[in-house]
Amino acid sequence: MSITVKDVEHVANLARLELSEQEKEQFTGQLNAILKYAEKLNELDTDGVDPTSHVLPVTNVMRDDVVRDSVTLETALRNAPDEEDGQFKVPAVLE
Amino acid sequence: MLEPNKYETVVGLEVHVELHTKSKIFCGCSTSFGAPPNTHTCPICLGHPGVLPVLNRQALEFAMKAAMALNCQIADVSKFDRKNYFYPDSPKAYQISQFDQPIGEHGWLDIEVNGQTKRIGITRLHLEEDAGKLTHVDGGYASLVDFNRVGTPLVEIVSEPDIRTPEEAKAYLEKLKAIMLYCEVSDVKMEEGSLRCDANVSLRPFGQEKFGTRAELKNMNSFRGVQRGLEYEQIRQADILDSGGIVVQETRRWDEAQGKTFTMRSKEEAHDYRYFPDPDLVRMYIDEEWKTRVRASIPELPDARKARYTSELGLSSYDAEVITASKKLADFFEESLGYTKDAKSVANWIMGDLLGYLNSGNLELADVKITGQGLGEMIGLMEKGTISSKIAKTVFKEMLESGKLPQQIVEEQGLVQISDEGAIAAVVDTIVTANPQSVEDFKAGKEKAIGFLVGQVMKETKGKANPALVNKLLLERLNQ
Repeated sequence: MSITVKDVEHVANLARLELSEQEKEQFTGQLNAILKYAEKLNELDTDGVDPTSHVLPVTNVMRDDVVRDSVTLETALRNAPDEEDGQFKVPAVLE
Repeated sequence: MLEPNKYETVVGLEVHVELHTKSKIFCGCSTSFGAPPNTHTCPICLGHPGVLPVLNRQALEFAMKAAMALNCQIADVSKFDRKNYFYPDSPKAYQISQFDQPIGEHGWLDIEVNGQTKRIGITRLHLEEDAGKLTHVDGGYASLVDFNRVGTPLVEIVSEPDIRTPEEAKAYLEKLKAIMLYCEVSDVKMEEGSLRCDANVSLRPFGQEKFGTRAELKNMNSFRGVQRGLEYEQIRQADILDSGGIVVQETRRWDEAQGKTFTMRSKEEAHDYRYFPDPDLVRMYIDEEWKTRVRASIPELPDARKARYTSELGLSSYDAEVITASKKLADFFEESLGYTKDAKSVANWIMGDLLGYLNSGNLELADVKITGQGLGEMIGLMEKGTISSKIAKTVFKEMLESGKLPQQIVEEQGLVQISDEGAIAAVVDTIVTANPQSVEDFKAGKEKAIGFLVGQVMKETKGKANPALVNKLLLERLNQ
């Protein structure tokens, strides 16, 4: 499996990244190198092994349905880029 | 033009139902509706770095319960995945959802349209978190974001493409709503957004096996809106196909005011969500003991109740359908039956006077004070002859408004029916003496004249005389 410049452009677009032509070339090379390294895993026989979705041997961690205090409005909005009427104000993204 | 029998409509529905837990799915913030914006938030639901979401057990059990009630197979092992997308309603830039191991799969529910029962398959039911709410301001150049709703637990219920008409779609939604209400996992209020529906709709020539190209409809805010949106879309797609055109696969927005659908985005811009397992949340193992325990908490569902009402209580299929569509109404019906054995009479009062009153005032059962006990006892008083059906109407109206029990209303307002022959005979005597013309008319063969005399007796007794007795005594008196 190898990554093309087109793949890099697609992923960059999904991540809302704007890359220069030179960066696209550079990341294409780097991503291919990373994938090639990961390909080593293919040498292992994984027949009969479930895909790993979590590395810790822990399951069913849950909490009771109990309401706890929320943070104050001031705290909630502390990292807002802009605010209005107690709400986060952002540029409109119209679909 | 939508010519009958030319195209077959194929519809699949995706329904989101908010689960009414007290706290959010992955943090302890309240889920209550209507709080000031952003006052039910914390670092977890705001997606701050380094926080750790922990699953609300109740949300999982509600999802299991809903899936079981929809006849799904419940997963032995399930997990959460991240669905990645950028949109300001999602502070993390991903939604915690489920990709390949949903809570439930392979379910179904039965709908009834035009007297025909039809089974609609349910592909899957999965658990996920809700997004925030956007309000567009500054002439559409900016959005205000309220994150109170972020993290409210949702189940997404995906149907098989088994639905063939807009009416079936509406019936499916109504049945789904009823089941969710019976299970008490959601309050299912479409106007508060606790049930939302998207529809995939396509047309194909009758007899063709392959599905046509579908459009995805969004923004339908009521069951009626879903039906109207699908009706519009049927005609739009038929027009395209009739003129030799090709339906484009796209997402379309239903505009309720204009009664039309509009393009939102085409498939070229379709999302690539790059699902992957959420490393913050560990896997869920659901064993048989747990499944059994949750299954035991599911009450008798609408279909089972309906069957019981028709077969055991003798209700018509239509009455049983209407009464069981709402759990509260069905519970009210059954409460009444604790006080009278006449199930048909209870059903008649519910279908006529009660629903008539509620519908005309756009009210819900919870908005009126009458109880099932009140209705049952009132029918009991009619059976005993204590009150007439005419008086019952007065008592019923009083119960709607005050919630008092019928015995009390009857006593307070002196509404007890007069069944004492002597007392009625005395009134009959007075009326007959005072209306010689009517008496003559009757004797001359004008049968109608007796109606006037009965009316006069009822008026004199303020409607309390037993009508059957009045008739009997009047006839006796006139035929003397």
